[in-house]
Amino acid sequence: MRLAHVLIAAAVLLLLPSGLQIFNAHPTLYTGETSARERAWLQIGSRERGESLTGYLRLGGREIETTGVLGWSGPAGEREKRAFPAWTTLPGYQSLATGRNWHLAAAWLLGLGLGVYLAVGLASGRLAAVLAPTREMLQPRAVLADLIGHLTLRFPPAEQGYNLLQRLAYLAVVAVALPLMIISGLAMSPAVHAAAPWTGDLFGGRQSARSAHFLGTLALALFFLVHIVMLVLHQPLRRLRLMTFGPGKDRS
Amino acid sequence: MTASRRSWLRGLSAAAAAAFVSACDRIAGDPGVRAGLRSAERLNLGLYRALFDRRTLAREYPEAAISANFPANGSTNPSDLDYRALAKGGFAAYRLLVDGLVDRPLSLDLAALRALPARSQVTRHDCVEGWSAIARWSGARLAPLLAQAGLKPEARYLVFHCFDTLDPEAGEQGRYYESIDLVDALHPQTLLAYEMNGAPLGIAHGAPVRLRVERQLGYKHAKYVRRIEVVADFSQISGGRGGYWEDRGYEWYAGI
Repeated sequence: MRLAHVLIAAAVLLLLPSGLQIFNAHPTLYTGETSARERAWLQIGSRERGESLTGYLRLGGREIETTGVLGWSGPAGEREKRAFPAWTTLPGYQSLATGRNWHLAAAWLLGLGLGVYLAVGLASGRLAAVLAPTREMLQPRAVLADLIGHLTLRFPPAEQGYNLLQRLAYLAVVAVALPLMIISGLAMSPAVHAAAPWTGDLFGGRQSARSAHFLGTLALALFFLVHIVMLVLHQPLRRLRLMTFGPGKDRS
Repeated sequence: MTASRRSWLRGLSAAAAAAFVSACDRIAGDPGVRAGLRSAERLNLGLYRALFDRRTLAREYPEAAISANFPANGSTNPSDLDYRALAKGGFAAYRLLVDGLVDRPLSLDLAALRALPARSQVTRHDCVEGWSAIARWSGARLAPLLAQAGLKPEARYLVFHCFDTLDPEAGEQGRYYESIDLVDALHPQTLLAYEMNGAPLGIAHGAPVRLRVERQLGYKHAKYVRRIEVVADFSQISGGRGGYWEDRGYEWYAGI
């Protein structure tokens, strides 16, 4: 399972920037089956305003100026007409073809990693033992204590296993978010859609699936950020050791 | 820390970051690396063909689902002289050539094409960029046309040569072309479409004839088709990877 975790982490690290590269090829999101303009709910772009260009993010009816960050992005002097800036995409320059090459290959890595993780985790009972909240954890008092602990940044030591919020977050990622990312990704494939139209119907159409794929990306990026910040904040070396070698042999 | 040391450090970290990014880009864009990554495409095609019926139909939609606005990508008004002359004459002089590994090469005008077994289908077109639109496509089914020409046993792919030059600076290699294998060629929804939404195909959408190969992305649906060449392999044609966009790094199997 630790190997599977490494595979999943590597895959997500490649899928995220290559996915943003692909998004940049058509930086508008819609609901429904097709990309009808009136059903666009998010758009990133740029426009001329007098002498200068400005970047914008349009969300529903509202528009936010995002010059330098989105649309007309990059540091001053090196700005480009690109939705997500060069430093967030793989490759850094604009190339849908290269982004797709990486994304479609890394998707296999994620599929393999997640498949092994879930299969081994379920079969060995480790997933249930490590990630399913215990009955004690769900007592109102324990829930409150866990929440207060998190809010005051006082966490239980790593050897006690995952606490309630950790378990819920990890479960949401491995059992819900990542599988949904795979299904919404497949829903966008015209071949898969022909053979399994339910993949698209599940989200309410191909463009809705594309929107869900993007929102899932944001959710996972947020999780990943918090995940790393938590690791750095709290006994990073001990947790890294636990993650890599497991709790069996304490070498300190 | 002094100001000069601080700016020196900042310069150093910026240079290190730039070096890292350019190293990443060099690896990410390396042709060998990308060819390796594209082996995923063979896996995708193999798995798809193993898992699902080869004749699985793409979903067909009700008339009401047809998109009011259907974008046109790639060439939208070819400036190639032979094409301009044909368009001026209302495509009366158009002939579709079918040759290569066939027993009986064909040369069909639009009336002959319309006399072939036809099909009409309302399907969704998915562009590699990410957008989708729905239209009704009507045209000659490719399978009966190929039966009429008679495929030789060594035939494996169809190469669609087009009228339009999408990249004039690339010379002959800038001309659009595409290729599909026989499984897709013989699929019941694979058409040489001459009508879109009940009207003759417009120039922006590939008049007079474009390929419809449902279950693949938009760039496979070659517009302005002039010749279908039946081949055993396409490595000697143009860039050698089986299509204009394939030669520029896109996957040959565009089912995903």
